[in-house]
Amino acid sequence: MASTETKSAADSGSVEAGLDALDGVTAAGRTPFARTFVDKILPPVLATVLLLVVWQIAFKVVDDPAKLVAPGDVWQTLKTAWLEGKLLGYIWTSVSRGLLGFLFALAIGTPLGLLVARVRFVRAAIGPILSGLQSLPSVAWVPPAVLWLGLNNSMMYAVILLGAVPSIANGLVSGVDQVPPLFLRAGRTMGATGVKGTVYITLPAALPGYVAGLKQGWAFSWRSLMAAEIIASFPDLGVGLGQLLENGRNASDMGMVFEAILLILFVGIAIDLLIFSPLERWVLRSRGLLVKG
Amino acid sequence: MSTTLAKAAETVEYAARLDHVSKSFAGPGGQQLVLDDITLDVAPGEFVTLLGASGCGKSTLLNLVAGLDQPSAGSITTDGRPALMFQEHALFPWLTAGKNIELALKLRGVPKNDRRARAEELLELVRLKGAYGKRVHELSGGMRQRVALARALAQESQLLLMDEPFAALDAITRDVLHDELTRIWTETGLSVLFVTHNVREAVRLAQRVILLSSRPGRIAREWVVDIPQPRRIEDAPVAELSLEITDVLRGEIRRHGQH
Repeated sequence: MASTETKSAADSGSVEAGLDALDGVTAAGRTPFARTFVDKILPPVLATVLLLVVWQIAFKVVDDPAKLVAPGDVWQTLKTAWLEGKLLGYIWTSVSRGLLGFLFALAIGTPLGLLVARVRFVRAAIGPILSGLQSLPSVAWVPPAVLWLGLNNSMMYAVILLGAVPSIANGLVSGVDQVPPLFLRAGRTMGATGVKGTVYITLPAALPGYVAGLKQGWAFSWRSLMAAEIIASFPDLGVGLGQLLENGRNASDMGMVFEAILLILFVGIAIDLLIFSPLERWVLRSRGLLVKG
Repeated sequence: MSTTLAKAAETVEYAARLDHVSKSFAGPGGQQLVLDDITLDVAPGEFVTLLGASGCGKSTLLNLVAGLDQPSAGSITTDGRPALMFQEHALFPWLTAGKNIELALKLRGVPKNDRRARAEELLELVRLKGAYGKRVHELSGGMRQRVALARALAQESQLLLMDEPFAALDAITRDVLHDELTRIWTETGLSVLFVTHNVREAVRLAQRVILLSSRPGRIAREWVVDIPQPRRIEDAPVAELSLEITDVLRGEIRRHGQH
């Protein structure tokens, strides 16, 4: 009896090892560079080249420097600003405001989102307003912010907060709402109730939704800030990208206008690519939610 | 009824005691009775399967025993909080296999320094040595259920509740996991309350099979399975008893078609 028992157990053990080997997910190897180049790098490069060609043709057709400048002229404007040492200053003025404002929004939006997600009364009270605020263009906050706070940096931060806090809070709320009930039940049987349940189960489970909210929150921060800088441009505040755009308009300098637009676009994309996309990919990949296409 | 039940009641030693438990939910046509007057003891170290067709309230019953829900009438007593294993592995995808187990240890109050070693031990028990750093999505279905089992064992409960834990697995893997569960149950001396709709699985694993009728769930009959372990699902005595139980089960189901 004992011998068959050990034999049977050993048998199922080795069968199990075999099954594990057969079923185990084989780790995907590193994608060769040539493949990455063709899949990821070549398409945007081609698209950019095509855009520049179309732009150049449009410039020839329009033939009015007051309405449209050539790509080369914008390049010259950028180069001049760089050589004068002003380019990084423009960018830094706006980026530092944007990121600092975003951090404030993060510090306010996160507890607010948690409160709305977990406290039924708070959700019923301000949940709809919070969702509604997301569809209110943040530029609408610039006039009241100027009247409340005057033309200064606080006004800029206020506008960023009003634009980004709803996105961040709503992201967390939808993240919490989408936590599978099974995880909460499993957590409860393990003793994760109350605060422990929130810390060990709900918050980590809600992370993908939260990160999506952060990403959107940054986009809203950046837009709000540009709106504020364009409308409330004031020399004492230092020249950020929004002011640069407004200065270009006042000077009827199409080169400067395009320079500002390109820089605003560039910064928005760069921050997303450098901070938020990697964060999102890391969260999704570690959970097996990112399918390698 | 059966001798096992009477014996357990005499010694007052039990891993779980269900005393005239009923449960009803608010349904479209008023209160709907799901479980009706269930009285059941699970002795320490005993392996009991609850068998029933759809609508017998098997999962509701496990939820009650797990303390996730309250009975409408009657009482349930367990020694501490039971561990619960689900049909879906319910492992947390933001943690590795090892960290999932460590979370259970942490919530139980095991000091930080002891957790890693204990988690490795439990992984070895379910024959997943080396899976500590694996993410949930990197494991096969059978491996996930074994990690889930290790996590449930980490709770060190006297009672392990299992809610059709192998129902979603392929037949080959399920057979192997039956062997594993029997081995681990023998090694640890745990009490197990195992819910299934698979008659052969019930007979393969249990010392006692309890058949629940459907709508409402009542204890229809029970069988003591005295076939020695380790059994195989293909063994003649297992097949024989399964046939007998299946006939009774079908009789129970047939009654519902008649009115």
